[in-house]
Amino acid sequence: MDLDAVAEWSRYVVVVAVLGYLAAWLAFCAEAGIHSRRRRAVTVAEPERELVGVTSSGDARASSADVPAGAPDGPAGPGDAELLQRADRLGGIGRGVFGLATLVLAAGVVMRGLGTERAPWANMYEFSITGALVASIVFLALARTVVGRVVAVWAVLLIFVTVGLAATFLYVPPGPLQPALQSYWLVVHVGCAVLAFGLFTVGAVVSALQIVSERAADRGRTSGFGASLPDSAALDRLAYRLTAIAFPIWTFGPLILGAIWAEVSWGRYWGWDPKEVWALITWLAYAAYLHARATAGWKGSKASVVALIGYATVLFSYFGVNILFNGLHSYGGL
Amino acid sequence: MTTSMDTRPPVDDRPPPLNGPELARWAWRQLTSMRVALILLFLLAVAAIPGSIIPQTEANPLNVRDFRARNPTLSEWYDRLGLFDVYSAPWFAAIYIALMVSLVGCILPRTWQHWKAVRAQPPKAPRRLTRMPAYRKVEVDATPEEVLAVARAELRSRRYRLRRPAEGEDDSVAAETGHLRETGNLLFHLSVVVVLLAVALGGLFSYRATVLVPEGSGFSNQVIQFDSLSAGALFDTADLPPFSMDVDEFRMEFVEAGNQIGQPAEYEATVTVVPEPGAEPETHTIRVNEPLNIDGTSVHIINPGYAPAFTVKAADGETILAEGPVPFLPMDGNFTSEGVVKVEVPPEHGDDIGIQASFLPTAFLDENGPRSIFPGARNPEVYLTAWHGDLGLDDGQPQSVYRLDTTDMEQYLGDGGEPYRARLPVGETVGLPDGRSITFDGYVTWVNLQIGRNSGRELALVGAIAAVVGLMGSLYVRRRRAWVRASVGPEGRTVVEVAGLHRAEGSAGDRLVDEIGAVTDGLLLRLGGAEGKKED
Ligand code: HEM
Repeated sequence: MDLDAVAEWSRYVVVVAVLGYLAAWLAFCAEAGIHSRRRRAVTVAEPERELVGVTSSGDARASSADVPAGAPDGPAGPGDAELLQRADRLGGIGRGVFGLATLVLAAGVVMRGLGTERAPWANMYEFSITGALVASIVFLALARTVVGRVVAVWAVLLIFVTVGLAATFLYVPPGPLQPALQSYWLVVHVGCAVLAFGLFTVGAVVSALQIVSERAADRGRTSGFGASLPDSAALDRLAYRLTAIAFPIWTFGPLILGAIWAEVSWGRYWGWDPKEVWALITWLAYAAYLHARATAGWKGSKASVVALIGYATVLFSYFGVNILFNGLHSYGGL
Repeated sequence: MTTSMDTRPPVDDRPPPLNGPELARWAWRQLTSMRVALILLFLLAVAAIPGSIIPQTEANPLNVRDFRARNPTLSEWYDRLGLFDVYSAPWFAAIYIALMVSLVGCILPRTWQHWKAVRAQPPKAPRRLTRMPAYRKVEVDATPEEVLAVARAELRSRRYRLRRPAEGEDDSVAAETGHLRETGNLLFHLSVVVVLLAVALGGLFSYRATVLVPEGSGFSNQVIQFDSLSAGALFDTADLPPFSMDVDEFRMEFVEAGNQIGQPAEYEATVTVVPEPGAEPETHTIRVNEPLNIDGTSVHIINPGYAPAFTVKAADGETILAEGPVPFLPMDGNFTSEGVVKVEVPPEHGDDIGIQASFLPTAFLDENGPRSIFPGARNPEVYLTAWHGDLGLDDGQPQSVYRLDTTDMEQYLGDGGEPYRARLPVGETVGLPDGRSITFDGYVTWVNLQIGRNSGRELALVGAIAAVVGLMGSLYVRRRRAWVRASVGPEGRTVVEVAGLHRAEGSAGDRLVDEIGAVTDGLLLRLGGAEGKKED
């Protein structure tokens, strides 16, 4: 069978996955919509109860242990149980479709790898679809937790956009690698970068939500998007744990293995090439984030802002450097 | 959040007092504070950015030259700020040296504190275990002594360190574990210092040279044979391993068809190396990701090109004035290559000849002029023009081998008075207007080799790996304490309380609850599994 054809076909498989992500996103949006409609109904109908809920948060919340995160407390009149059920069903559908789309995307990535006979992360198209696959898997792993369910809406949107852009603007036809890239170092070095990229992406979504959630709590909001989010401390912990996994991977893959490979391939392990510089900048930014979380006065949303800056440098390390600069690494290729 | 296990001293924010020693102490405390470390990390990240945007002399001197030509005034300012050499600029060094000092100033006291903490006894059980974030209570039939003995065994098997009970503490067991977190953290920070020192000191002894070798010729590893050399301040030319190398064959392969047509597919040099004068020659191959290592010096393929070969004959048709391949520089991805042939002619055969030529591995001619349309040599041709006069080679001025100095030369003219031009396929000869002749004999490939040694790289690698190991300890180990108390309850059965506490930094509380649960279950299991237990 023609391998190039397999690699070409993988693009159509990826497009199917994009449509799947779109469907999952719409389902999650519908679910969130129902919850927010219920919340508004409750706020209008029972303003006093909500106020009580703020001042003595414990009691009001305790009664809602069986209600998914973001749902307001208690029933809000006739038809409410039905609404809740519908929301749950939509959420379930969303997760199911999300899982299916991820499977399809995985198939697309594998086909690309088989078709080109190498690890599918040698150019921006391949890096993007594989990175999105990693992010999807991380989100799926989180999807059963309360935090994960809230994060899902944003996650799916981000993945939809990434894979969508990959399949359209970033697409490059399959082809062999130039000599400098033909190495098992590519597999590990860039493999680690993709893995860390996926984890940082999820972490960034969670950090962004942490900021919103903390703001809402500071202002005493009881309704609206901010109030529908999980507790900001829980989001903060989750973002930290994701970063704590990704940071050593980033240290090991892009930095250490990158240096080893550079020494093998170019005869020097560090040459201040733009890509190297940006990998280091990313590393410093996330080191700053980890420090911020341990520094008095920098905890919470300030640390999350540092994490988002870190993520901006991740994006720039990949997309910015490949598109804007002309260094040794510029074969990433559009 | 629990901070009781936080051993870091608080940052002193008082304004600086005015006398000298105290001011110094205040400054030192600030410099080694977490907040300043955070700011310095950020500053370093920001300071690294301009070097990735503005061309850098070390990485790309040609781009810097272009940039200077295009922006003369701006370049003056850049020069003043060291922006063409960001990574060796004083202000950049100032930031990372401050970070290093802060780092060392941070590690030393923390190492001392950690040393004391590791040797210290775990603290005794608090009076009211119910207040701890993780808490379980069960009742068993075993006696309190039995329960505590079993608790010791259980905690020890979970790698907890036990407190030596003091007078009056015999109703409880206290234990602690997870000092590896701080150990890992210190190892990480220390390793960062090691890596930076290895890079900085190694750089002093390192060297990197390039030499361009046409297929079929060679070089010996000496400074005079290098085309360029950059070396650290403490590099000694006597350190160069005394090998010599011939490039027997240099093969370039390109993608032949498809959408990546013309992309390089493989470069491979077959070389004969004599490791030291008088030694047995060895044959090796060098590929792009497979350098050759000779005695700590590695030889890399940097970039390739073509060297067309010419024979220039005197007007008598016999005397050979010059012959052999001449390296040309590739101008584009399809190896449209340009170069010059400088022929010094003995006076009896006329004046010097300078040939200016393009070599096209796959020649193609249209209204845009001649050029190459594929990098492999499918249809090699040479387009040339020629000059005669004085090449100026004897006046001692260094000259580029790729450019002709035509100040004292005249271009040959064709029949109609236009500049002389010729187009040659392989094997063809053209006559010059003065009767001399040029033959295009064929071509060989050339390869630009980089010869270099990166001193200190092993140390840097060991440091980097230690850093990752330390980092994982620092991020994944949780330091935590556990207590078990056993006493006879009102009903005559033994009440067992199990509680735990950890520094809340980053790790989720439910993990601790799970662990305390597991300790309790392990305890019950050791006490005889199905012992009638009652929980609340
Ligand atoms: C090159 C500079 C530095 C880098 C790359 C760096 C990196 C890191 C990283 C990645 C962590 C995370 C470990 C964790 O969260 O447990 C960390 C933790 C820490 N760093 Fe640094 N660091 C640097 C300099 C410093 C300096 C100068 C200080 C002293 C002021 C310092 C003090 C600490 C402390 C106390 C922690 C533990 C935080 C905690 O308890 O979680 N670091 N560092």
